[in-house]
Amino acid sequence: MSTISEGAPLRTTPGQTVGPFFHYGLPYDGDRDLVPPGSAGAVRLTGLVTDGAGNGLPDALVEVWQTRPDGSVPREPGSLRRDGWTFTGFGRASTGRDGRYTFSTLEPGPTEPGAAAFFAVTVFARGLTDRLFTRAYLPDDAAALAADRLLASLPAERRSTLVARRDGQGLVFDIRLQGEGETVFLDLSGYRTRTP
Amino acid sequence: MNSTPVPPSGLESQSVVSAEIAAIEQARGAAPQPALDYPPYRSSALRHPTKDPHHTDPEAIERWAPCFGERDVDPLEADLTVGGAGEPIGERMVVTGRVTDDRGRPVRRQLVEIWQANAGGRYVHKRDRHPAPLDPNFTGAGRCLTDDDGYYRFQTIKPGPYPWRNHHNAWRPAHIHFSLFGTEFAQRLVTQMYFPGDPLFALDPILQSVTDRRDREMLVAAYDHDVTTHEWATGYRWDIVLGGAHGTLMENGEGDDA
Ligand SMILES: [Fe+2]
Repeated sequence: MSTISEGAPLRTTPGQTVGPFFHYGLPYDGDRDLVPPGSAGAVRLTGLVTDGAGNGLPDALVEVWQTRPDGSVPREPGSLRRDGWTFTGFGRASTGRDGRYTFSTLEPGPTEPGAAAFFAVTVFARGLTDRLFTRAYLPDDAAALAADRLLASLPAERRSTLVARRDGQGLVFDIRLQGEGETVFLDLSGYRTRTP
Repeated sequence: MNSTPVPPSGLESQSVVSAEIAAIEQARGAAPQPALDYPPYRSSALRHPTKDPHHTDPEAIERWAPCFGERDVDPLEADLTVGGAGEPIGERMVVTGRVTDDRGRPVRRQLVEIWQANAGGRYVHKRDRHPAPLDPNFTGAGRCLTDDDGYYRFQTIKPGPYPWRNHHNAWRPAHIHFSLFGTEFAQRLVTQMYFPGDPLFALDPILQSVTDRRDREMLVAAYDHDVTTHEWATGYRWDIVLGGAHGTLMENGEGDDA
């Protein structure tokens, strides 16, 4: 196709803050329920989004994108009009007044044997000029976590910000935007260490 | 700056904020856009990470993006002027453009979401306290899927500028919020589209958080008389280029979501 650039990459469109008024544009019915709460295999993924003073953000938006429990990548539409049966792997949750987000979902599986399973997470908020990417790893497979390329590249105290913990209903993953225990956010803009 | 009078709102003046904007632009140049730590945008103070994003190679799930399809979006959702009992007030307009990756490859059949203020600069949102009228015939939220060439198209009402409390007499240039997905996770983009020639551009810390002029220009639509229609609506063209991992595995993302 003649429109495909053969030379240097095109200048990309920069991000801008999601602002305070996204609540009637982005949320939708069923956005946070990748599976119906309480259905077979459903777990709760929840956490607080906090600022540099430790206060919860009442106006943040969190998205997850994940594999199925068997590690496969969902390729099904239907996230915006959930039918209760199709697992699309995508969910969106605005935080409540206390800064908490909550999803009902299935636990992601590793995409290959020995890999560490995680939720790919995107964070938006007023006051954030651009979206932030991070990962919420499942805490159980110590060998997989120890072998993970990203986790291995981080000092121990920062590594722990990316690992969810378990509670009675499922998983807890807090997101600290700034300061003590600041979550590791990711630059996923290219491959540097290998060619996949 | 010590001689700058404190305005009666108790907020800092535009001139203080504008001086900060100018100093940062000079110092920062063509660093990654936008700046996450951007003091002129006051609510970023406690919300920006202090550490640069940590580079890591995308893993398998991150080489894909969520998939949306016709079951997700009603074609009527691309027309923000319908749905009320009557016609919304304001300048009827069409905005259309092409979504591509940074090699110019179209992002096909993918979700585009928008939200915006009405012609008076007011959002249908309980936290919007701007004393401008709500329009019973305008909500200001829309969705569509790109076509097979990556084009999106919305019909809407041109939004008005609106005041906010970042500093004294702060006004946002008119804009439409856009949310986009690509073919891989890291192409996720939420941004804002502006209208050409807006006199508020230089004064606005949100637009100016993109500190390179060439990148700011990517956020400004062009008036396009070929999009304008006879006796009906004005037309704007705004193309969007998604970054991400430079499409290393892009061939895997094509043609499987029909
Ligand atoms: Fe806005």
